[in-house]
Amino acid sequence: MTLFEAHDLAINFGGVRALDGVSFAVETGHVFTIIGPNGAGKTTVFNLVSRIYEPARGRIVFRGEDITRVPPHEVARRGIARTFQNIELFEHATLLQNLLLGRHTHRRTRFFDDLLGLPRVRSEELAHREAAEKVIDFLDLQRYRDSLIVNLPYGIRKVVELGRALCTEPALLLLDEPSSGLNVEETEDMAFWIQDITRLLGITVLMVEHDMSLVSRVSDRVLALNYGRPIAHGTAKEVQAHPEVIRAYLGTAGGGDA
Amino acid sequence: MRFIFKTSYQQDMWLFRDAIQRNWYLALLIAACALPLVVPTYLIDISLVFIYGLCGISLMVLAGYTGLVSLGHAAFLGIGAYAHVYFSQDLGLPWLVSVALAVVITAGVGVVVGLPALRMSGVYLTIATLAVAVIIQEVLTHWDSVTGGLKGKAVNKVVMFGLTFGEQAFYFLCLACLLLGLWLTQNLLRAPTGRAWVAIRDSEIAAQSMGVNLAAYKTIAFAYSAALMGMAGALFAHKVGYLAPDIFTVLLSIQFLLMVVVGGLGSLHGAIYGAVFVALLPVLISEARDRVPAWLGAAFSVFGAHAGDSVFSAVDRFVKQPALEPGVFGLILVLFILFEPLGIYGRWTKIKLYFSLFPLYKRATFKRQKTYMRSERLR
Repeated sequence: MTLFEAHDLAINFGGVRALDGVSFAVETGHVFTIIGPNGAGKTTVFNLVSRIYEPARGRIVFRGEDITRVPPHEVARRGIARTFQNIELFEHATLLQNLLLGRHTHRRTRFFDDLLGLPRVRSEELAHREAAEKVIDFLDLQRYRDSLIVNLPYGIRKVVELGRALCTEPALLLLDEPSSGLNVEETEDMAFWIQDITRLLGITVLMVEHDMSLVSRVSDRVLALNYGRPIAHGTAKEVQAHPEVIRAYLGTAGGGDA
Repeated sequence: MRFIFKTSYQQDMWLFRDAIQRNWYLALLIAACALPLVVPTYLIDISLVFIYGLCGISLMVLAGYTGLVSLGHAAFLGIGAYAHVYFSQDLGLPWLVSVALAVVITAGVGVVVGLPALRMSGVYLTIATLAVAVIIQEVLTHWDSVTGGLKGKAVNKVVMFGLTFGEQAFYFLCLACLLLGLWLTQNLLRAPTGRAWVAIRDSEIAAQSMGVNLAAYKTIAFAYSAALMGMAGALFAHKVGYLAPDIFTVLLSIQFLLMVVVGGLGSLHGAIYGAVFVALLPVLISEARDRVPAWLGAAFSVFGAHAGDSVFSAVDRFVKQPALEPGVFGLILVLFILFEPLGIYGRWTKIKLYFSLFPLYKRATFKRQKTYMRSERLR
């Protein structure tokens, strides 16, 4: 079953054609990876999905609904959560508060409930806390629960960001370079988590990644982009062996654009 | 050092950390209630501390928690003050109703100011609020039928349920209002609304991707902040006793900003510390004007009557400088930004940690690290 579809996405930044005619479909339960050299437009795809950019052309369909024009904050409510390439956590809040913010789409109380501290706010907070604690257990973050994000090392922040996205209980998780800046061991953990997220939690993952060993380990489908155009699509092995992909990464034997 | 073992999730939602902290706050409350007996002459000054406390909370919500710096808060104070005086004196509404209406109107103006602010960020927003404040001040000056224009407007004492409030009753009224403001704000800050504000402050883009409606929450922050200002304004009107448009100038807005920066951005404690500082510094300076030259003169008179007299007159001339007060304010602000960007509250937490870790405290605990991440912004 198709969970997510991008149809013919295109966007220009000034004279630069960042994406041109990118189409792909993500099956429910799959890990779908977008690879490509720097500047290929991978993160731009994510920013189109989370409605930070306006596409010049094309449609984004999620669970059969066209979400190309929904307001940015509604995207999370539809069940799409994301992480960022350069961590975007709430740095002067504790880890727990960061995770609880991930529960924002599930809040039922209104401003005046909060203002008066009604019992309903309290019971809802408890429910959110339970959900956040599940994520803390899942990602082994117990010992950092009350630390401020500013005081946490980079590797942990990366995991916290994953946790915050999981707290929204998404159907589709966008991971923007989950292994960047992580050491070998942390990357290993990340690979296990990504597998657990799809198998145990049943969340579909759309990921941008450079580390090819991680890509081939977890991905069901891989899409390769270069200069905003899709150049190859298939399993990790097929894409890695594709002559266009090799040329994009390594250049041609005759010099070319290396 | 005490470590608190938490045994339930509820514990993280308590108003106070534990019984000990609660008892300290109770003691503080009792002290505040006993103050009228100890320093009856300064009651009206301390009432101003409470009023400024409300203003501090108001700006702290906006600048310290939501990250929207406003230079127009004196205008909100003015709207609250004028609206309250108009409703209670010109229309003769009961005091509580009049204050409630003033709060609602100020919140409404806050929304109107907040709406264009949604499209601006950082220093541009600050300039926009400044512009709005200037406009509002002009309106207060020229809307004669309501505000009394440049002539101003005399404000009666508080009358509630047929009782006229004296200085002491007014003091307790201000204290009650401050406690109410603190409680409501603390409720918001430990609920989803407050978390969304902090999220907007730290990363708008992430907040948005987590489903926070930026426009709605920024508007709410502006409205709530303005509402607190409206409440403070109603009390402020009674405190000053006479309203004139030139009270609510940009200088007052700057004082409010000074309050939250000196107190410590991002904590309600900071708002209160800042209020104590800003409200009491002028009192201290005027006390110093009266007494210090005489003390120093007396001290130096041991070197001969002539030395005593010349020191007296030199110091006297210095402390009678008309610009002494803003000068001292400015100097203190600069010193704080240079040496203690976390404000009085930051200094206080350091002192507390020093004693609880004694003798193991390391200066490096709070050392500013060189990081190249966005964390730098609030430091």
